Amino acid sequence: MATIYVDDRPYEVDPAKNLLEECLSKGLDLPYFCWHPALGSVGACRQCAVKQYRDENDQRGRIVMACMTPAMDGARISIRDKDAVQFRAGIIELLMSNHPHDCPVCDEGGECHLQDMTVMTGHNYRGYRFGKRTFTNQQLGPFINHEMNRCITCYRCVRYYRDYAGGKDLDAFASHNHVYFGRHEDGALENEFSGNLVEICPTGVFTDKTLKQHYTRKWDLQTAPSVCAHCSLGCNTIAGERYGQLRRILNRYNAQVNGYFLCDRGRFGYGFVNGDRRLRQPRLLQDGESRPVSGAEALKRTALLLGRQSRVIGIGSPRASVEANFALRTLVGSRNFFSGMAPGEEHLVARMLHVLRGAGVRTPSLCEVESADAVLVLGEDVTQTAPLLALAIRQAVKQAPRRQAMQLRIPRWDDAALNEVMQQQKGPLYIATPAGTRLDEAATQCFRGAPDDVARLGFAVARALDATAPPVRGLSREERAAVQAIAGALRKAERPVVVSGSGCGSEAVVDAAAQVARALGGAGTANLCFTAAECNSFGLGLLNAMGTAEAFQRVADGLVDTVVVLENDLYRRVGRASVEAMLASAHVVAIDHSATDTVAGAEVAFPSGTFAETEGTMVNNEGRAQRFYQVFVPQGEVKPAWSWLGELAQAAGRTELTGLRSPDDLLAALGRAVAAFEGLPERVAGASFRVNGEKVPRLSPRASGRTAVSANVNVHEPKPPEDPDSPLAFTMEGYPQQPPSPLITRFWAPGWNSVQSLNKFQAEVGGALAGGDPGMRLIEPVANGAAAYTDEIPPAFRRRAGEFLVVPLHHIFGSDEQSAVAPAVAQRSPGPYAALSPEDAQTLGVQDGEFVEIELDGGMFQLPALLMSSMTVGVLGVPVGIGSLRGVDLPARSRCRRV
Amino acid sequence: MLTQDERNRIRAEAAHYDHPQAACVEALKIVQEHHRWVSDEHLKEIAALLDMSPEALDSVATFYNLIFRKPVGENVILLCDSVSCWIMGYEGIRAHLKEHLGVELGETTSDGKFTLLPMACLGTCDRGPAMMVGNELYRNLDNDKVDEILARYRHPSGA
Amino acid sequence: MDKPLTGDLLPDGSVLDLAAYERVGGYEALRKVLKEMTPADVLKEVTDSRLRGRGGAGFPTGQKWSFVPMGDNAPTPKYLVANADEMEPGTFKDRLILEGNPHLLIEGMILSAYTIQATQGYIFLRWAYKLAAERITRALAEAYDKGYLGKNILGSGYSFELHLHTSAGRYMCGEETGLLNALEGKRANPRAKPPFPQVSGLFGKPTIVQNVETLCNVAPILRNGAQWYLGLSRSEDGGTKLYGVSGKVRRPGVWELPLGTTIREILERRARGMREGYKFRGLLPGGASTDFLVEDHLDVKMDYGSVQAAGSRLGTGLMVVLDDQTSVVGMVLNLERFFAQESCGWCTPCRDGLPWTARILQGLLEGRGRPGDLERLEMQTRMMGPGNTFCALAPGAMEPLQSALKYFREDFEKLINTRSDAA
Ligand SMILES: Cc1cc2nc3c(=O)[nH]c(=O)nc-3n(C[C@H](O)[C@H](O)[C@H](O)COP(=O)(O)O)c2cc1C
Ligand code: SF4
Ligand code: FES
Repeated sequence: MATIYVDDRPYEVDPAKNLLEECLSKGLDLPYFCWHPALGSVGACRQCAVKQYRDENDQRGRIVMACMTPAMDGARISIRDKDAVQFRAGIIELLMSNHPHDCPVCDEGGECHLQDMTVMTGHNYRGYRFGKRTFTNQQLGPFINHEMNRCITCYRCVRYYRDYAGGKDLDAFASHNHVYFGRHEDGALENEFSGNLVEICPTGVFTDKTLKQHYTRKWDLQTAPSVCAHCSLGCNTIAGERYGQLRRILNRYNAQVNGYFLCDRGRFGYGFVNGDRRLRQPRLLQDGESRPVSGAEALKRTALLLGRQSRVIGIGSPRASVEANFALRTLVGSRNFFSGMAPGEEHLVARMLHVLRGAGVRTPSLCEVESADAVLVLGEDVTQTAPLLALAIRQAVKQAPRRQAMQLRIPRWDDAALNEVMQQQKGPLYIATPAGTRLDEAATQCFRGAPDDVARLGFAVARALDATAPPVRGLSREERAAVQAIAGALRKAERPVVVSGSGCGSEAVVDAAAQVARALGGAGTANLCFTAAECNSFGLGLLNAMGTAEAFQRVADGLVDTVVVLENDLYRRVGRASVEAMLASAHVVAIDHSATDTVAGAEVAFPSGTFAETEGTMVNNEGRAQRFYQVFVPQGEVKPAWSWLGELAQAAGRTELTGLRSPDDLLAALGRAVAAFEGLPERVAGASFRVNGEKVPRLSPRASGRTAVSANVNVHEPKPPEDPDSPLAFTMEGYPQQPPSPLITRFWAPGWNSVQSLNKFQAEVGGALAGGDPGMRLIEPVANGAAAYTDEIPPAFRRRAGEFLVVPLHHIFGSDEQSAVAPAVAQRSPGPYAALSPEDAQTLGVQDGEFVEIELDGGMFQLPALLMSSMTVGVLGVPVGIGSLRGVDLPARSRCRRV
Repeated sequence: MLTQDERNRIRAEAAHYDHPQAACVEALKIVQEHHRWVSDEHLKEIAALLDMSPEALDSVATFYNLIFRKPVGENVILLCDSVSCWIMGYEGIRAHLKEHLGVELGETTSDGKFTLLPMACLGTCDRGPAMMVGNELYRNLDNDKVDEILARYRHPSGA
Repeated sequence: MDKPLTGDLLPDGSVLDLAAYERVGGYEALRKVLKEMTPADVLKEVTDSRLRGRGGAGFPTGQKWSFVPMGDNAPTPKYLVANADEMEPGTFKDRLILEGNPHLLIEGMILSAYTIQATQGYIFLRWAYKLAAERITRALAEAYDKGYLGKNILGSGYSFELHLHTSAGRYMCGEETGLLNALEGKRANPRAKPPFPQVSGLFGKPTIVQNVETLCNVAPILRNGAQWYLGLSRSEDGGTKLYGVSGKVRRPGVWELPLGTTIREILERRARGMREGYKFRGLLPGGASTDFLVEDHLDVKMDYGSVQAAGSRLGTGLMVVLDDQTSVVGMVLNLERFFAQESCGWCTPCRDGLPWTARILQGLLEGRGRPGDLERLEMQTRMMGPGNTFCALAPGAMEPLQSALKYFREDFEKLINTRSDAA
């Protein structure tokens, strides 16, 4: 700790930080642009100027940039000094000299850091009377809108996109006051994290194009804390609605999870909520025809199917909340509750949970992955399956070189200097996957092989780390060299992390990752990070559901009358034939938010709410249970799934769900019923929670309130809806100040209308949210016990003539069921393909784009060949969730021929 | 398409540095020597050779004054517009050149012979006004001298 | 008088080849040093000679070298870079040596590199110096052939590779950290200091960047000793200096004279005074980014301390003379336009302040000056004062403006349009 004096007041600060960070941490207002807590300081904008004095006797002082000055013990500065004040106003005036002053038509207006800083510096009258330069804008694809004239040249966009996120196709062009930020030519920004430009850009150059299509000012959005529904990482989001439509997703800071950033799937994948595939009314299927009916009619019909006598099973869903799944489980009984995951995935999730709850390993948060100094990725294309994990790994590779640079006594925040010193050095990152990944470019070394060979590599690394681990025989010379290199790097590291998951569908790979983590030892260090397919895969895994395959077996065996399918399109889980058999031989009741194929085939279908229209809990890959809150009241007869289940039960005269009338009730019951969830109900701010006796408003105090939008229907102002299920209110009334961290509905503070107001919500800038980051970890390793090694090591992959091992390839845009239908995301999704190595293509005699036929699960699929030089020979990759190839458990062997 | 010679020279330059990227300005100059300017197509080819994105390379290319990203004429006239030359009569020379060539600063004559560009100090301030045409430096300019110089470029045979 | 820098130049402007250079004692210093002196000895000699940087900032050269990490644990490779970018308007001194005697630079570089134990060197030459490029290339080949460069120089065990790099044109490439970025194939934005290049420079390794003229002094110093070098000077710092004059003087040019020669002597004796019909009004003593001096300052000695005491900087030591028939405001506008154009665009005051400054000046000249314009200009000079911008370009740009406003204020005031219809 050090003491600094700001305008003669002493403050206790961290000398490893700079003056700007520390002033902001102490709640002092100091304007800035080029600095960002995640990007560090470069001293370009010169906005954060303060006066610094040598000592008490120094009266003159000199202007310094707070962001470039360490918070050294005894430092004396003044923010209020006349010269400093004038200088800061002068900088704004300069920045504005080329700015178009188009706030009224700018999407950033009302949440613009430039507006805030302009007001903060007191620059009111424009002294500049000459012409302004103008730029041509670019088409940057479906996500980001570009309006270069608003640029104030803070360089944050390139520093974020290129230096932080590893993007290649955005840069700074030209010089002097013509500096231009954009692409080399028009085209979609390729980086998977481009959406963060919206929040990184302090003005309206990069804005959310999907928001633009149904634009609403920030202060008119109804917003609630949410959790991303598109992969297993569970990034925290703020979802905003107006007039019954979800309008945008913003990042919700959680120091342990997503920090300042989201991936583009998470940010732009919300379109499904407003989509035309939404189910808004119950439907009945009669004589092969589906028709909309009232809720009452649908319930009446279902009552017959769920009656006491009938044999009912429930199929849950990894994309439904813990509460909804538990409601179904309670209704049908735990022996009749099936996970609904694809059988392979289901098995892997169970396996991963088993490992993480065993001994010798601990799973890190994303934040901990960021600070890892050596990373081994086994089998997982994280950019596609768990995008933000890839962003975290991109930071991790900077750890080792940064540590070296810091020996030159360059402070951690001094990004300008660190960059020059570190140059292009990267810390150890090893990636072993069947095909090339986007992270490869950041890797020290990549290893290509079939899943079994990836696993063998892992097992061998474990052996190299610990001689008591079982050996792997028959490795090639290159493999042995790679193993030595990897083991060496992991051993040398202080905080090594192994990353794997269900992505390539291989149990051996998961086991191998666990083996490496165990061999690394050091109990208590977070060293094993798994990912799964969906947002609540791990939550569902903790519910100990029965295997999906058995559900189909029971139906086939005639042991089931009725199947209740919760938010699950079964066609994505098992083969078409199985689903059709089930639909034919049992009464199927589907509850879902969209009209999936399963819904279309179900006898009765009920419309449930999406994540934005309901409330619930999901458990991410770290085992962190996180609550998402309802954003708005949906149109039509849409209700939360658990609510429909309650009504179904009641209509059928069943008592299982009696008394479980809210998410709180369900969670409480869950905490009692399933040990893994013990303690969670008490940690969640339930419906009765109040701050100072008040609810937390979803609308800002500045919301426009009454509008004429429904005047054609009714001129009376409708009563605002009530929310009995959460501590949030659907109005602007309520606790006017900062709520507890899990209930943050928006980032705003007086004078800080932009997302940069986040500084005011953190205990210290860049650290945890005040009061702690939301979420509760449910998965911890057993305290002590020996790590047991498995010796089930697969033999090396052998290709057989004319046959391929078909592996799943994931796509950030397209593989996730829900986001894939969002129009912006759909535009970025690839079409179907069969990826194979040029070598195999030659053997088959196919050219790029020509069709090949593969046989899987008894079905024949014709797909255009995609020549991929990074593909392992003998392996063929197909895109997950894209095209007609669904519900096939991969990897699988298949014959393949040219069509 | 870059010629084999250009590719070889670029690779040879890259070998002088730790990272191939460090040779990118050289590479741009090599291509410009051959084609007078760097087109988008060429830019992409160079970028690929040096393992850079087109954006990263264009970011560098557009920073420097003497990498031309638009076509220029056969002869580029760089007229010094800095202080000493300005004192010594730069503006008169500029007017004369503009009239003589029928172009504004930054433009190319319709016959494609000359592009007229203003340029920062040429480092020959004791003998201003000065200009360069191609690789040749001309100093102590006056209107007659300018005419004579341009004539030489117009009719190279007569020189 | 000894003229270590230019004494051997051939009068017809042709270049000294290796043989000619050796005939006048070239590479003697190198032989002597490699045989008899340790790097520490050389450092001491150069420090004792009180050689200061000739690139504009005037930092003591020996002191700069002493910051380079030495010994077995020092990072490698270390680099030495000759700054031959010379783009400061009004400056044309390095060109003289680069074209006339490149071996003087090369020998100086080998010696300097030896002192800091650098193994890699670059001559960063501005694009416009085509003739110099040709001659340096030839000289490098000669030096390699003769074993002065390359592996195991003269059997000493010391190796040094030297490469010519030509830039693509930008004033910022002359700023030493911008130069490093340019050498790395990046935009020539300046870098943050600390860390200083001596510790972390080119490719993150210890690097010394030195002006051509500075480096050219090294061989003569080591051949003749620090005392001799101190004796050349008429000031507390050692050596001679290349001085020059441009503008409406009778005989513009560049001369090597003792450091500390007075302005008057250079102007009157060397440049032979003003041309017929022109009167002296003032001058920029050392390139475009130095403060104006006026008649009262003619007896100021052109050394680091004296020019500073007079309120300006020695800079590059090449003067630009303002006469009575040249518009002061026009001259300042020309300068500010140059700086605005050459701003790298990294920091706000410079990027946006310089174009604005230029436009106000242009407005004044076009009869659109308004009350408040001069105050605005003064404010700009404060906004872009030292420390307020990221590098020294903008503060340099403000020097001629602030001093013009001080010495020639009436010229500006005359241009303010006070008529009410002006708005
Ligand atoms: C904008 C700017 C341009 C510069 N241009 C040059 C130049 O062209 N040549 C030069 O030697 N120094 C130039 N300098 C000074 C260098 O930054 C550096 O101080 C010098 O090369 C150090 O060498 P010295 O100590 O031998 O003078 C420039 C400085 C600035 C701020
Ligand atoms: S003062 Fe700023 S903008 Fe100007 S050249 Fe230096 S860093 Fe670039
Ligand atoms: S000002 Fe023109 S050559 Fe220097």
